[in-house]
Amino acid sequence: MEIIFGLIVISLTVAVLFLLAFVWAVRSKQYDDTYTPAVRMLFEDNETQTPAKH
Amino acid sequence: MLTTAKLTPTRHACTHCGEDCPTHPILLRDKPFCCQGCKAVYELLDANNLCTYYALDEHPGQKVQEVELPGRFDYLDSETVQAQLLSFRSDTLARLTLMLPQMHCASCIYLLENLYKLNAGVSESRVNFLRKEISISYVPAETSLKEVVKLLASLGYEPQITLAELGAQPNHGSRAIYYKLGLAGFCFGNVMLLAFPDYLSFTDQLAHAFGRFFGFISLVLSLPVLLYSAQDFYRLAWAGLKQRYINLDFPISLGLTALFSVSSYEILTGTGPGYFDSFTGLVFFMLIGKWVQQHTYDALRFDRDFTSYFPVAVTLLTKEGEKSVSVKELQVGARILVRNQEVIPADAILMRGTGQIDYSFVSGESVPVAKVTGEVVYAGGRQVGEAVELEVVREVSQGYLTQLWNNPAFQKADKQTLETYANKVGRYFVAATLLIAAGAILYWYPRDQQMMWRAFTSVLVIACPCALSLATPFALGSALTAFGRWKFFLKNSNVAETLGRATTIVFDKTGTLTDVKRSAVEYSGPVLTPHEQQMLSAVVRQSTHPLSLRLAEELPQGSFTVTDFVEVPGQGLRGTVNGVVVKVGSAAFIEAEPSLEQARQAKLEPLTAETADNRQSRVYVSLDDDLAGCYVFRNVYRQDLREILADLGRRYRMAVLSGDNDTEQDRLRELFGPKAELRFHQTPQQKLDYIAELKRQGETVIMVGDGLNDAGALQQADAGIALTDTLSNFSPACDAILDAGSFGKLNTFLKFTQDCLQVVLATFVLSFVYNGVGLGLAVQGKFTPIVSAILMPISSLSVMLFATLLVRLAAYKRKL
Repeated sequence: MEIIFGLIVISLTVAVLFLLAFVWAVRSKQYDDTYTPAVRMLFEDNETQTPAKH
Repeated sequence: MLTTAKLTPTRHACTHCGEDCPTHPILLRDKPFCCQGCKAVYELLDANNLCTYYALDEHPGQKVQEVELPGRFDYLDSETVQAQLLSFRSDTLARLTLMLPQMHCASCIYLLENLYKLNAGVSESRVNFLRKEISISYVPAETSLKEVVKLLASLGYEPQITLAELGAQPNHGSRAIYYKLGLAGFCFGNVMLLAFPDYLSFTDQLAHAFGRFFGFISLVLSLPVLLYSAQDFYRLAWAGLKQRYINLDFPISLGLTALFSVSSYEILTGTGPGYFDSFTGLVFFMLIGKWVQQHTYDALRFDRDFTSYFPVAVTLLTKEGEKSVSVKELQVGARILVRNQEVIPADAILMRGTGQIDYSFVSGESVPVAKVTGEVVYAGGRQVGEAVELEVVREVSQGYLTQLWNNPAFQKADKQTLETYANKVGRYFVAATLLIAAGAILYWYPRDQQMMWRAFTSVLVIACPCALSLATPFALGSALTAFGRWKFFLKNSNVAETLGRATTIVFDKTGTLTDVKRSAVEYSGPVLTPHEQQMLSAVVRQSTHPLSLRLAEELPQGSFTVTDFVEVPGQGLRGTVNGVVVKVGSAAFIEAEPSLEQARQAKLEPLTAETADNRQSRVYVSLDDDLAGCYVFRNVYRQDLREILADLGRRYRMAVLSGDNDTEQDRLRELFGPKAELRFHQTPQQKLDYIAELKRQGETVIMVGDGLNDAGALQQADAGIALTDTLSNFSPACDAILDAGSFGKLNTFLKFTQDCLQVVLATFVLSFVYNGVGLGLAVQGKFTPIVSAILMPISSLSVMLFATLLVRLAAYKRKL
């Protein structure tokens, strides 16, 4: 059963990694604007196309 | 380029802005445009393959203002202004964030993020839609700040650059709540897993072998929750205590401390598993409550003062010529030039030119005031008409208007709000808990000393009013969302509570009760022929005076040319059309007061003392010196005002504070009824004092206003509601911003806040039931960690759900 000690440590390490990922997400401004990126990804990138249709 | 103007009988929507085109739309490749400005934007986008803009949203464009003033943005070339606006600057890159209030749809995002196609010097532009901000990076060698701003303005997105923006760093809210919430959630999850073996009997063996190890890990995991995540509760409780005041955070802090101490003691002595899962869970749930409460409207600012209304720079006249300087550097004695539509930055004396100063926003006067050389003009007025030269007599911060902000009402960082129900209840809660805890000690002391400690600590633990603290944020948070749908934006949930408990409503007149954009035009006198109307129209179209503009809207457009046009500011207009001298203006200007004889002939009401006072909103017309008739401009009250006021009048004490003259007294008296207090010629300071007096009488006051002259009153009132026609426009510091279109719902809003308060009280009762059950178990010493672990999340979650659903139901019933 001593393996439990190891498993707990490993699981906590993984959990801490997720916590750090969350902290990184907040720091990199992902929670500052929760609307614009959702719209931005929908724009067609038609830089190379000639006359855009409308 | 094919640009033709041809007659089309049907109405067309402008391709760019979607507004109705005039009868002769400007056509470009068969697409109609309402004005040259809109056409120009279309051409620009078309030439750069950016017409996707029009595909994303129907009519995304803003009607482009045609008033392009020379040298309008020259101040952006000034070093001091740039230094304050740019957040980063080097030889190769400059970056800044601008506020674009006009941003409103996905098309805007598309266009604004493609700025680099329109100006090669722009390297990147990123939009934050919710905050209505754009971050622009550009290469200073290839373009300049002025060029970038000009481009934005020409597209119809003129950035809002005012004195307040200078030196202010873009505030990206506080991210601390996310860190705290994330950390608490992480610890809660892990501690819960570690606590699990304790709750299940078949893991007894496991618990024996690992119990202490798990306990220590839980302790370690709970420490950061106590020291970091729970910080705010302790800070607020301490702040309350320092003011000799017990708020809801006090019992929360007490409960958390008890919970943590008992658990640590049990783990360290090996006497039990502790309540760390309950502890971390409590903090986690209560932080969710705080997060909901913190929800704010990013794009709106509730803390604006006069600096948000004042310009950044002003044209200084020096011996060397015109120079753009920052308003902050303006000194007494400086000569400045104020052009059409510019705001006067400081109290000054008019030196040259004739002023037509629109004080509607500052003082509430509805008609522009004419000023002649030598008169004092006050800061905040907007010059309409020709450019004028002024000499500054007082520094910006010492002005007649700006002095208002020196009032103590503005000094407090957070104005003293009403005592919330939650805090009031919290205080009784503390008293009751301590009594019960003492009772438990007295009961168990002679019987079982160990049980005594257990009961005592359990009572303190259960006394943590977690569910109670969640009731208000969730109930009022849902209310805020409902209001948001109707464009009624509250600063925070406390405002909703204050609104629900208000007893008095005070209104401003100009711009609040009246709609400044609309005024009713009535004509009296012999009917003018269409031909005469067109001649008149041709003359008034030469002038920028608001009354002329309003009259021009009423009259049919003709194709006459006007010769010998003269505008005498504050008096009237004269022009010759087809050989006929057309005069439009005040009675004096039309040559002599119309005598009673003439007036009777022209079927006009004779000028009495009463109407003479209101002479400025009458415009007389004469053709070849024959008095033709007169146009009367009346204030137009907002739609449904009568019903709203009648309804409100039954439940609230009402008052009107107007900066304007008392010509409207009779109509207001009729609208408000005999009991309401009507005051006219009120200065901003008098408005503030009146509100303060009401508060001294024990009233809870709502102030509804719109202009800078109401700023003091809005601040002094328990809840200040700023009414605005366009949400992005300037509104003074206030507690709530209401879109003028929803003014008719004001009464429903107030009733709804009262519903919400009842929901809050009902939720309090629910949370008391949970606390009661917990206390019952605690005094008997049966409050074990497992009971705590079950009761705590159930109570928190059900309170959240209960509050949210009930408020939604109330909103549904009120049709909000």
